[in-house]
Amino acid sequence: MPTPSHSLSAPGTPGRVCGTTGLGVCLDAQRFIKLNAVAGIVFLLLGGIAALLLALTRWQTVHLLPVDWFYRILTFHGINMLILWILFFEIAILYFACTTPLNARLFSRKIAWVSFGMMLTGAIMVDYIIIAGKADVMMTSYLPLLAHPLFYLGIILVAVGTLVGVFNFFATLYVAKRDKAFTGSVPIVTFGATAAAIIAVVTLLHGAVVMIPTFTYSMGWTPQPDPAWYRLIWWGLGHQSQQVNVCAMVSVWYLLSHIIVGARPINEAVCRTAFVLYILFINLASAHHLLVDPGVGATWKIWNTSYAMYLAVLASMVHGFTVPAGVEIAMREKGYTNGIFGWVTALPWKNPAFSGTALSVVIFGFLGGITGVTLGTQQINIIAHNTLRIPGHFHVTVVGGTTLAFMALAYYVIPLIFQRDFIFRGVARVQPWLFGLGIVLLSFGMSFAGSMGVSRRSWDIDAQGVYGPAAHLWLGVLGIGGVLAFVGLLVFALLCVGTLFFGPKIEKRAMADWGTPPALAGSQSGSLAHDHYATKGTIVLVLVFLACFAVYYFANWKALADVWPVR
Amino acid sequence: MSLTPLTKPWFHAPAGHEKIWLGCAVLWCFVMSLMMPYWHFRGKQNSTGEAYTVKPADFLARTEKFVAANQVGTYKNTQHNALMPELPIVEPPAGGDAYLIGRMWHWYPALRLRLGETYRLHLSALDLQHGFSLQPLNMNFQVLPGYDHVLTLTPTSKGEFTIVCNEFCGAGHHAMSGKIFVE
Ligand code: HEM
Ligand SMILES: [Cu+2]
Repeated sequence: MPTPSHSLSAPGTPGRVCGTTGLGVCLDAQRFIKLNAVAGIVFLLLGGIAALLLALTRWQTVHLLPVDWFYRILTFHGINMLILWILFFEIAILYFACTTPLNARLFSRKIAWVSFGMMLTGAIMVDYIIIAGKADVMMTSYLPLLAHPLFYLGIILVAVGTLVGVFNFFATLYVAKRDKAFTGSVPIVTFGATAAAIIAVVTLLHGAVVMIPTFTYSMGWTPQPDPAWYRLIWWGLGHQSQQVNVCAMVSVWYLLSHIIVGARPINEAVCRTAFVLYILFINLASAHHLLVDPGVGATWKIWNTSYAMYLAVLASMVHGFTVPAGVEIAMREKGYTNGIFGWVTALPWKNPAFSGTALSVVIFGFLGGITGVTLGTQQINIIAHNTLRIPGHFHVTVVGGTTLAFMALAYYVIPLIFQRDFIFRGVARVQPWLFGLGIVLLSFGMSFAGSMGVSRRSWDIDAQGVYGPAAHLWLGVLGIGGVLAFVGLLVFALLCVGTLFFGPKIEKRAMADWGTPPALAGSQSGSLAHDHYATKGTIVLVLVFLACFAVYYFANWKALADVWPVR
Repeated sequence: MSLTPLTKPWFHAPAGHEKIWLGCAVLWCFVMSLMMPYWHFRGKQNSTGEAYTVKPADFLARTEKFVAANQVGTYKNTQHNALMPELPIVEPPAGGDAYLIGRMWHWYPALRLRLGETYRLHLSALDLQHGFSLQPLNMNFQVLPGYDHVLTLTPTSKGEFTIVCNEFCGAGHHAMSGKIFVE
């Protein structure tokens, strides 16, 4: 008996042809992309409301929330943002990456339902128990702090549900390959998504290893796991999952720069190797969180910080070059050849998906990357651990980088998958700028206050009497940035939800164009494919980046040298 | 192309600008990797993670003994919302061991140290995890229950220093503090 083909072009397959791109879209995948994306955006909005309350509390002059609610809302914010928003949206991205680019249909509708159902149930359990005040333990829930068992159970459900979704992704890939839905190696967007999925499996297994005994302990069935062991394994989940976000974000960079500007990776072999480096060299990244911990020695810390080569950092530096380089080549081929940066001014800065992507690259690289590597340097961590410098770092990676890239993606996902054009398109055009600016201010406020010793997760810095006016000023910057970012986030959520209800329907026509750079006279696609010195602007940009990196890095060694000797 | 499958021949050796950048990036990653072992041997500030398992009750007993033997005064906290209005001030012998307990919500006891002397500072927690954060220097170390975390520390500046807690430990966390005086 012949097995039914999983290629989208096979007869009787639930598919449609996209009126904008001409690509095939699997209707099952489309449904689950919708469900997961909408769920993600709802959790983003919940986490965003929490974010506003937090920013207005850490802004010491406003100091909004009472103490118990501050820690409750902080727990809520961490879970809804870092876990729920990101995971739901990533599942949507995975379902896209394994179907449309491969001309394949989703492996199983049932499995997709199971995954979605488990994730949603788990998410509601966790959110409920936090707001009920029974889990004021922060998202890290460091033992011996103990939450209600539903908290751990909910997280386990979300994690297993995600694993089930990831399984559906791999099964789709496998079947598409088997049925020859495509030939050659998968496109780079799918390749990056696959890297993300592989890391996600490793990550979520760490999650199971740490969360299950903690759950059974919270039920009183087993003794308390060791706190140091808990930290080691928990961060195997917590930090590695950030590499999932990086992979997904970089894939989105490749996807959007291709859709909008027509960019192609300048060297597929190098880009793909970089993704493989992410998979291979992030495995003990939990070390970054244990750099000033007892019980793990200096050799272990140093080795696991860099694996002698910082190969995962190298991978990011590769993408940080190839993404803008691809854009530059595409622009030059279109005829924007003026000087070194002529192509930059001609970019479609009013296209929210483009500005979102560009800001994501810049914020992630210049701010997130530089601070991350520096704070994660074994000894420098002494002057940074658990200060506000840490949230100052990750709000420019997972927020200014990943979240902003995902927002940018939504400006195409909603027209192409939900088949509705955006309402209030003028407002959408400023949204990424507003959100980006807010996050950058937030991060500066956090980072500078943190350098003055202000700790993270602290309700009131005046209880100690040790922080002066400068620290208070930076907390004000944090507050203002937080409010701006919140407005940017709210506008995004309202635009998306409003569009789902009221956006003009797209049936067979193409989506309304956000703006793409037109080809000028004399443009020639592919003409620079073999000119290896055509990326003049990009090479200048990355060298400036490297200089900033070196200055910041060594300034921190200098600051470290000024504190008391310690071993 | 980003959305279409990759076909042969797919391998191209990096060239031109890409090669320049790869070279710079590899070099820089190498420099950063070497900085850590370099600092481990030549630098003065390191976190070696020296630690011994200890039962909270035993650590408390050691600390009480240390306080009884070396108390030199009493510190009165005048901060309006101080959770611990009074702490013994204890001066460990130069070159000797000092004990510091983190618990909800203060650091016990207050320490008096001498400029330029080296001490073995034992840190542990009795209840939850706490964060040893010495201000305004901004030196931070993790403190776990069940682990005696030993810092070999040499004060090189005089004055009054405050230990803040920077690991969340419940409702009084923000006000959890302690003192080190250096003379
Ligand atoms: C409107 C945008 C946002 C604002 C204003 C904001 C603000 C804040 C503030 C003020 C804190 C508390 C810092 C502290 O006291 O330790 C915080 C913590 C945090 N935020 Fe955000 N944030 C935003 C968006 C996000 C997003 C999108 C994510 C993840 C994707 C995120 C992840 C986190 C995490 C993981 C924490 C740490 C929670 C913890 O310490 O347990 N934030 N944020
Ligand atoms: Cu504490």
